[in-house]
Formats: sequence, C-alpha cells, structure tokens
Amino acid sequence: MSAVVSPIRRPLITGNKTYHQITEDLISPTEKAPTRAWTIGLIISVAVLSYGVFCILWTIYVGIGSWNLNRTVNWGWDITNFVWWIGIGHAGTLISAILLLFRQKWRTGVNRAAEAMTIFAVMCAGLFPLIHMGRIWLAMFILPYPNTRGPLWPNFNSPLLWDVFAISTYLTVSLLFWYTGLVPDFATVRDRAKGMRRKIYNFLSFGWTGSAKHWQRWESLSLVLAGLSTPLVLSVHTIVSFDFATSVIPGWHTTIFPPYFVAGAVFSGFAMVLTLMIITRKLLKLEDYITVEHIESMNKVILVTGTIVGVAYLTELFIAWYSGYVYEQFAFFNRALGPYWWSYFGMMFCNVISPQLFWKKSWRRNITLTFLMSIFINIGMWFERFVIIATTLARDYLPSSWSLYSPSWVEIGIYIGTFGLFFTCYLIFTRVAPVVAVAEVKSVLKTGGNQYVGENATHKHHHEHH
Amino acid sequence: MANNHKEIVFGLYNDEEDLIRAVKEAKTAHLDIYDVFTPFPIHGLDPVLGLEESRLHIAGFIYGALGTLTAFLGMTWIFTKDWPNVFGGKPYWSVPAFIPITFELTVLFAAIGMTVTFYIVNGLGPGVVNQHLDDRITDDKFCLAFDKGSVSEDKAVSLLKQTGAVEINHKTL
Repeated sequence: MSAVVSPIRRPLITGNKTYHQITEDLISPTEKAPTRAWTIGLIISVAVLSYGVFCILWTIYVGIGSWNLNRTVNWGWDITNFVWWIGIGHAGTLISAILLLFRQKWRTGVNRAAEAMTIFAVMCAGLFPLIHMGRIWLAMFILPYPNTRGPLWPNFNSPLLWDVFAISTYLTVSLLFWYTGLVPDFATVRDRAKGMRRKIYNFLSFGWTGSAKHWQRWESLSLVLAGLSTPLVLSVHTIVSFDFATSVIPGWHTTIFPPYFVAGAVFSGFAMVLTLMIITRKLLKLEDYITVEHIESMNKVILVTGTIVGVAYLTELFIAWYSGYVYEQFAFFNRALGPYWWSYFGMMFCNVISPQLFWKKSWRRNITLTFLMSIFINIGMWFERFVIIATTLARDYLPSSWSLYSPSWVEIGIYIGTFGLFFTCYLIFTRVAPVVAVAEVKSVLKTGGNQYVGENATHKHHHEHH
Repeated sequence: MANNHKEIVFGLYNDEEDLIRAVKEAKTAHLDIYDVFTPFPIHGLDPVLGLEESRLHIAGFIYGALGTLTAFLGMTWIFTKDWPNVFGGKPYWSVPAFIPITFELTVLFAAIGMTVTFYIVNGLGPGVVNQHLDDRITDDKFCLAFDKGSVSEDKAVSLLKQTGAVEINHKTL
C-alpha cells in the first residue's frame, strides 16, 4: 500500500499510514512498559492528589471554618474552581458531539482524549459543591426521593438543584458516549493480546465483533448521542450561569450570562485540550494523528470564543454604565479598579487581548506559542470566575459588611489536589485505552473511494475513479 | 450463541472497496451472506448488504419522551399535590422553572435507554464472549462470511477467490 493521500484535500492523517500502521501506532502505547516520563508524572500526580485528599478530609473534620470564607464572601475558591473545571469539561463534548454533527472529520484525532478530559474535569468540578456543603454525609439530601423527612423534596425551582441534574446528566451522557466509542477500540486491543490481558480487554470490549449491523447501530447511536449532547453541553454552563444570573446581586443578575458562560467554557475547554494534546502527541509520538492542522483548527475556535468573551465583558461594562443603576455601576467599577483589580486585569489580558495573536496564521500553527497561550487562557478563565464570584461579593450593598477574601492553605490544597486527580486519571487513561479513536481514524483515512490502493487497483496513484 | 454450531467459510480482504465489490457480487449471485465484519464502519456498505435502517433512534425518542413526562409530571405532582410549597411568592405550578430539569431528564433517559438497548440488541455487554472469526478483523482485514449450512461451500469459495480475498478460512462458531 502506497500513499493514501487525497488529491483535493489535505490529509487528516499524515505519514502515509496503512490501516495496520494506525493500529500499531495507536494501540502500542497501551502494550509497552510505561516510560520514565509517565512514571514520574504518575508519582507526582498521585502525591498531589493525596495532598488534596488530605485537605478535603481536613475540611470535613474541622468544618468549613478551615476555609477563609466569611459572611460577606461566602463563595470563594470553591465555586471558582467548580465553574472553572466545569468549563474545562466542555471541550470534549463540543469536539465529539457538535463537530460530529457538523461533519468535521478532523475531530477524530482529538475526540477520544478530549472526552476523557471532559469526564475527569467534571469529576473534579463535582467535588467542590459536595465538600462546600460542609456536611458531605448529607449530600443525598439533594436527590429527589420520597423520604422519611416529611416527605420533603428538594426545591425544583432552584438553579442549584438544576445544576445537580445538569452536571450528573452531563457526566453520565459523556461517559456513555465515550465508552461506546471505546468499545470497538478495546476489541482491537483484545485481538492483539494474549492470556489475562485478552480476558480483561474482552470484558472491556463487551464482546465486540465488528459485524456490519453492529456498526450501523453504533453509528446511529453515536449520531443520536451527539444530537442529544449538543444541547446538553450548551445547557450545562447555561445552568451554571443561572446560579449567578437568577440571584439579585449586582454584577450577577445579567441576562448575558448564559451565552457568555458557554463561550467562556468552550474557550477554556479548548485551551486545556491543547495543553494536554501538545504534551500527549509529543510523548506518545502522535504527531501524524494530531497534526498542526488540528492545532490550527482549535486555535480558530479559541480565537472566536475568546472574542465572544471579550465582547461580553465590554457589553457588561457598557450596560452597567447605560443602566444608570448605581449598584450595577459600582459593581463593575469595583471589579476593574477595586481591591481585586489585578484579577480583572489578568482576566482581560489573558482572555481578550492575548488570543488576538491568533489572527495570524503562522502563529496559529506555532506549537510553542499555542502551548503558552493555552496556559494563559487557563489562568485567564480562572481569573474570570474569581472576578465574578469573589470580587462581586466582597463589596456588597452595605459598606459596613464589606470584606476581603484570600484562600486558606486548605482551599489552595484542595484546588491543587484536583489537578492531582485530573492528571492521575488522565495518565492511567493513556495506558489503558488508545488516546486516539482507532476505528474512527481509520474511517477518515480515505475521504473517498478514489484513493483505493488495494490488490486489484487499476490505478496506483490518485486520479479519478470511474 | 445458539447451541447448533455454524460452519463458516470466510474471506479476508485488504480494502473496504474490495469488500463492497465482493458483497455486490454475492448479492448478484444470490448467495446468502452470513455476516460482514470490518474494523470500522464502512459507508455505503449497508445499502449493498440490504440492511434496513436502524430503529434505534425511534427507541431513543420514546425513552426521551418518557424522561420528559417523568420529570414534568413528577415535579407537577410534587409541587401541587404531594407537598405544595411557596418559594418567593411564585405559583406552586411554576412551569418555566421546571424546564431545565425536564430537559436534563429527557436527555438522560434517552441516552441511557438507547445505550442499554444498543448493547442488548447487539448481544454485547460486560462479560459477553462472542467468538470471532479472525483477530485481524479489528485491525486491517475486511471479512465476508458465509454459512455453509445455507450456501454451498464451493460457490462461496469461488466467489471469494474471484473477488480478490487474500485469505480464505473455515471456522466453526
């Protein structure tokens, strides 16, 4: 088999791969002994995770008093981190669902890892509201079930409960979507394995055979799950923004929040995908599958969503001024020039100004710049949530109850700990499952039948068929 | 699988185009195809094989509708009959506030229902062991299989040979 390159399109996969070569490249990382870099990474991640677990246990043991929240600033790093992680968890489903509906075939190179990242990010996010409850053993009170307390039900009119439904649905659907995609690839791993490993992967692959009817149903399922996930992913951050938008706090109760949060979520999610993908493609030598084209496409999404976020920031400022409502005006004046001015500046610089570099094509295709930018955006989006939450609360209606907030060592520890959780899960994932969707990549290797290069080919090179 | 064993003769192809051509020829020759196995979904194979469109999405719609009704009627019953409660002076039956949860449960029911149905109708699931014809089918080989019970072996083998199968094997399932 020689070149499988379309004469009209740039190949999605470079390096003149054959189907077997794809299997070899993508499955072998799960078969080899772990590299030194991986082992060191895992040790660091588990150590960080352990510290996070310690801080969580400390919180539960001592109580929420171990955090520096106060009566005025009652949401701090906890909810900031929650919203931040949920935002990061948006790219996976966006890539796999929305880009599937838009028939963006390049998504096949990155969807698997992005979906995994989504699931781990949502796990990190879900942790914060749970421990923020203070008495985590009463967490089941948020579940609607007829119980012995009344029967008392949760308040279905509350955005906080909507969040419970939105996030648990999102996690469940993302898991189903991800795993259904993994099943055929686990079968590929299984069929290369022997002994115990074969048994384990047969269990994981659910006995997949690759029958035509199964594939047909698999595609039908993927398409409908994509169709369901598309409004779902938009709803999740919309509902997260309702936590703020349905309140009566100046600076929070704005109708712009849902679209602005969703755009911000996609923005930060793509940034995190890029951070991870740039490292992963290097370490697992996947440069032929996650190409510069992929990086450029994602940078375009970053540019668009970053600009939407920028427009939203400016719209907020304008509307605050235009409303003539002093509390609203003060809220925004305080954000930009109050005690937390540095976080507002960080947000503006990282989210609005720096992505504008990506108007230039050669910069969009520059891997080092992209990596730096992705870190900037991750920081900027964290600042955004901090600006919205803590700086708004610190200066409320009554100057006598104004306050300031900085996190305690416990809060910092929990946040760092979530990185440990995230990277521990991600590193294990890269060893257990193929990080690039093997079957899906094979299906986009040739974009049309005219690159047919098999045994009976009447044409060996690319020219038109029939 | 069923307790009666199936004698399978199958050919392996290197390329999906070969496979589609072979399936077409088998259809013209009125040979009853047992199944086709491929490493990835092949577009254009279903009509050639004569597979009907999957009805999974219809099931998905029904599950989704079930979710909508569960959520909406559930919240309606809870807040108007079981435990009416005033929240911020709003009506008991505050429909706009029910929309987010109704939407989420619609998606949740449809997704879980469809996925479970998918695995059940395909006979797949944790712990299931399905015998398969060749290990390379999940790698780079495209397999066309005939059941010797319904197709004469000679005809099947000659068709596989003619259409360029790189390997022809036998297996009992």
